[in-house]
Amino acid sequence: MNNSTENLQKEIIRSSGVNPKKCMRCGKCSATCPAYDEMEYHPHQFVYMVENGDIQPLLESKSLFQCLTCFACIERCPRGVEPAKLVEAVRLAVIRKQGANHLKADDIPALLDEDMPQQAIVSALRKYSK
Amino acid sequence: MKVSYFPGCTLKTKAKQLDKYTRKSAEVLDITLEEIENWQCCGGVFTTARDEIATKLSSVRALSEAAKKDQILVSVCSACHNVIKQTNNAMQTDDEFNFRVNQYIDEEYNGEAKVMHFLELLRDEVGFDKVAEKVKKSLEGKKVAAYYGCLLLRPSSVMQMDDPENPTIIEDLISALGGEPVIYPYRNECCGGYIALENPESAKARSNKVTDSAAKSGAEIIVTACPLCKYNLEKNGSEIPVVYFTELLAEALGVKEEN
Ligand code: SF4
Ligand code: SF4
Repeated sequence: MNNSTENLQKEIIRSSGVNPKKCMRCGKCSATCPAYDEMEYHPHQFVYMVENGDIQPLLESKSLFQCLTCFACIERCPRGVEPAKLVEAVRLAVIRKQGANHLKADDIPALLDEDMPQQAIVSALRKYSK
Repeated sequence: MKVSYFPGCTLKTKAKQLDKYTRKSAEVLDITLEEIENWQCCGGVFTTARDEIATKLSSVRALSEAAKKDQILVSVCSACHNVIKQTNNAMQTDDEFNFRVNQYIDEEYNGEAKVMHFLELLRDEVGFDKVAEKVKKSLEGKKVAAYYGCLLLRPSSVMQMDDPENPTIIEDLISALGGEPVIYPYRNECCGGYIALENPESAKARSNKVTDSAAKSGAEIIVTACPLCKYNLEKNGSEIPVVYFTELLAEALGVKEEN
């Protein structure tokens, strides 16, 4: 296995369990996404970009870290595509690389205030770091 | 009734009231919460990737512990419940995931445990009518907005707690306690969650939509089951107080200590 786009695409599809071909491009996932304004690529774009093998722009996109894991797009897609699972798989493809953590433990103290629940920290670490 | 209880990291720290009033209410309702021994943090969010194994082992261990005792596994934090229930579902439905997880644990586990949120335990095992019978201090028509957020309801195919778009479980509890539930549009939309850490502006925008929507609908108070929802709604300037649902429950059952 090399690092070709084709292999990466297969890996993302395998790890997410998503079949992008089921998408009918209705846009409902993006319409319901609370992070829409912050995401440069929206959930429906993740779906067709992965389908087309257009993955490099996604790997470089800050959108990966703006998704809130709210499961709204998973719940509301009329075709059961579950776009957030692709966002997750692409994000993992990025942060699983050595030294590619988006958030480091040392960064955390500066981001805290005294009321911040532990849940926020463990969740962010799970989403942004390996 | 004796059940296994998974409190979770935040209930031992910033969300002590959530834990405390769950325990006090449980006592009145003849529920024994047996805390899972040596439980470990659930990780806060479920990772949907099928090849994420290690991050789900803490949930599997708790599940397996409850199954061994033939007890329902109960949590009250929305996030713990979501992670544990989704993990259990993956153990039941994804053979490859199940196989890989079982390489790491001592005793084989295949998703046998029954997982319930404390709210479901009250509705389905105790019964809201029984809860109502134990009310000592009615909420007397207090207008209460239930905030579900994301994690209690979604994905509904797995969580199966309630209708994901028109839920009633918390409203029904509020009614049982003598309160008046307020239905408002944003009750099942996201507060921003962990984005509060890196992009507080984004969390503020989300949270304000929720609290404005509840306030406009005439609510006097918002209840939640999630420490991070509570933090986000309060931090971003909710006009109305935000409390854990267990706090109102304990109050109505007459076991809330005055501050
Ligand atoms: S899970 Fe992520 S991508 Fe999907 S609707 Fe929520 S924020 Fe948007
Ligand atoms: S909601 Fe589903 S079918 Fe519609 S665009 Fe999104 S992924 Fe495709």
